Amino acid sequence: MGQLFAVEVVYRGVFQKTLAKNITRDIVLAAHNEGKLGISFGRYGDAPERNGIPAKSFAIVANDEQTLEEGMAQYEPKHVDLTVVLDDTLSKGAESWAWYGLQPVHHALKPGATLIVISQEDAPALLKNIHRRDKAYKLAILKGITSFSGMWVFKDDHTDVRVLGAIASALPQLFSLNSVLQFINEKLKSELKVISARNAFDRFSTVDVPAGQGNPEELFKFELPGWDHMRDGVSIKGQPQGGPYADPVTGEVGGFRPARNELFKKYSTRSMRPVVNFSTCTKCTLCGLNCPDASFDITPDGHYDANLESCCGCGICEEVCPVKECVTMVNESEFHDNKSQWEAFRKDKDAYLNWLETTIAKASPIEKRSHGFRYRGQYQEQVPEALEVARKG
Amino acid sequence: MATLTLPVEEKKKSKINEQEALITGAEAIAIACKLANVDVVTAYPIRPYDTVMQYISQLVADGEMDCEYIVAEGEHSQFEIVKHASVCGARVFCGSSGVGWMYAMEALTVSPALRVPMVCMVGNRALDDPGAFGVEHNDALAVRDLGWLLTWVDSAQEALDTALIAYRVAEDRRIFVPLAISCDGAFLTHSQALVKIPAAELVKKFLPAYNRGDLLLHPDNVISVAPQANEDWVMEIRRQNYKVTEVACDVIREVYAEFEHTFGRKYGNPFFEEYMTEGADVVLLGMGTMSTPVKVAVRKLREEGKKVGFVRLRWFRPFAGPEIAKCLERFKAVGVIDRDFSFGSPDLSGVVATGVRSAMYSSSSTRPPVIGFIGGLGGREITVPDVETMTDIVFRAAKGKAQPLTQWFGLRE
Repeated sequence: MGQLFAVEVVYRGVFQKTLAKNITRDIVLAAHNEGKLGISFGRYGDAPERNGIPAKSFAIVANDEQTLEEGMAQYEPKHVDLTVVLDDTLSKGAESWAWYGLQPVHHALKPGATLIVISQEDAPALLKNIHRRDKAYKLAILKGITSFSGMWVFKDDHTDVRVLGAIASALPQLFSLNSVLQFINEKLKSELKVISARNAFDRFSTVDVPAGQGNPEELFKFELPGWDHMRDGVSIKGQPQGGPYADPVTGEVGGFRPARNELFKKYSTRSMRPVVNFSTCTKCTLCGLNCPDASFDITPDGHYDANLESCCGCGICEEVCPVKECVTMVNESEFHDNKSQWEAFRKDKDAYLNWLETTIAKASPIEKRSHGFRYRGQYQEQVPEALEVARKG
Repeated sequence: MATLTLPVEEKKKSKINEQEALITGAEAIAIACKLANVDVVTAYPIRPYDTVMQYISQLVADGEMDCEYIVAEGEHSQFEIVKHASVCGARVFCGSSGVGWMYAMEALTVSPALRVPMVCMVGNRALDDPGAFGVEHNDALAVRDLGWLLTWVDSAQEALDTALIAYRVAEDRRIFVPLAISCDGAFLTHSQALVKIPAAELVKKFLPAYNRGDLLLHPDNVISVAPQANEDWVMEIRRQNYKVTEVACDVIREVYAEFEHTFGRKYGNPFFEEYMTEGADVVLLGMGTMSTPVKVAVRKLREEGKKVGFVRLRWFRPFAGPEIAKCLERFKAVGVIDRDFSFGSPDLSGVVATGVRSAMYSSSSTRPPVIGFIGGLGGREITVPDVETMTDIVFRAAKGKAQPLTQWFGLRE
């Protein structure tokens, strides 16, 4: 058997679908410049047309046809030579729409292989989120603003070629920098992109992550039942109604917490989360009423507390909230747990409000904070800033 | 399963209460629906199925039957409505014919996995070459691989009895899948015959109330039916339906025994009827009302000294493979008459011949030759002379003379 390479690109549905598809395609084309063969494809079980859903795109490359066929004999590669993460909030774990528990972002990475993350954070910050594993690996950070655009829109901020340059350094057996540059010259025809790819190659560095280092969180998982143990009639037990619950300080019981499926959690789809200022909240109920997933718990004192095991981070609550900065969407990288904000507020109001102020301050103005497309021309406006970060990176 | 026993006096009483009527096969099924106290009936007209919806609506209008009678805006909705009603615990009835049945196909395909014991009447009809409404079995056979139970009847009496049996089989918790009773268009749906109508109180004893148990969609049993299922679940769901087919023959056998015990009418082997097979050298095999010309021809041939018999298949799904093979291997050759086609199939035979050959291959040590005949399509008659010629061909095969494996009959050359 000849040499076989598998690269996976982990990305967010809708916002990065075209980017991920382009990258895996370009990997095959760059390797093809060295006479290698390959295929690229998206994981079929994913739903990349759903907002923010973690999804995967693959490139399989081999130096001969028979080896490629051996790589294609299983549809989804179980072990990859390189994992590229296009949004650093996926460090918390990625799972597809075809939900089978939370998987660490390096789930398929071979021991000793490289995990490339596009991020503005440093390694210690990312390792607060990236789960520990029992085999050592290498972490590479490609400095940059997360490239988010639309389903059919490609934001040309050079993320694609920077990833190719980084791969040429991380896995030179796959393809050389020259092959990448040849591909860019011939297919993308951009001298600027040649520079970006070369910069990413030159500045590429990795951090060794020993076994056991990283987020100690126990991964959420469950067993799938056998055919004769599961309910028939394609039916599942419904949820009970839910009900009131207790204030952590006074013990007063009230409000309403909807019952939620214990096995189905969507928090890995979230790249931002709402933070709520309970001191300015007018209890207008709009956030709770408009939440498409009933993700707000109504507290005993009538506030609306985003349940972060349920919230998928869509941002509708922020949009409908009539009070300035009462509900604010903040990048998920600021948080390391899913605890109740209201409980923190009830236990220590001042500490909570201080935390809130710093947290919101870290979030940029609303139009940049959003992963959504807010107005015509928004992406073009963002490109220079992204390029600037990449240039310094 | 508990056996239903009736005191002798009550049996006598039932005979007294039994009535006789001159009715069509469609009317017989309508009366069975009344006797079974069906809760929800959906209808959409297409010939020849529409006769049954007309009779049921008449029963409702006359105050003889109490049910929700819903005329849908098309067959797809017709089958969707009963699917949902059944999940909510209603005993349901519907049906269709030909391309109407095909228009409902999406609802037909999902019902077995959802474990919906809907009972339907398929008035067999050609798959519409414009306006063709004569009998052909391809409509009902289109669901043969999808988890439905399929049975063919050949008389109005059998239509009524089978409809009662159908509810008992389909609503057995081990089964819980849809069941279609096929009635040949015109020959059965539109021909009146004398039928014994059993007493309502006996039917009540034979047919317990539909109990959906833990699968009941009800506020007191909060479940979600048909949530998104991906590749992690589909194989397991299919395997659950496969289990139904593993036990279906046993359940059908039990129910026929109960039927005989309760009503006193004997059907013998539930899966096929044997006619003059004793001492036969060769047999013909087929489904539905072709039994009449075939039986007449068999009697005639017997008088001429030709030892031929007839096997009428009642249940096509489940296909009682080993039993059918055991029956057929007693003969030197078998002729299968298909009132259907299966273009491009092995030997270019019809659906039934292909099934019979497959059963013989795996379950018979002698494997007599199986000759396929295709005839009676689109409502054309299968005639006595046709059957005589078929028999001659089967005899030639029995003597070891090679015969074409599939031959068309009643075709204008």
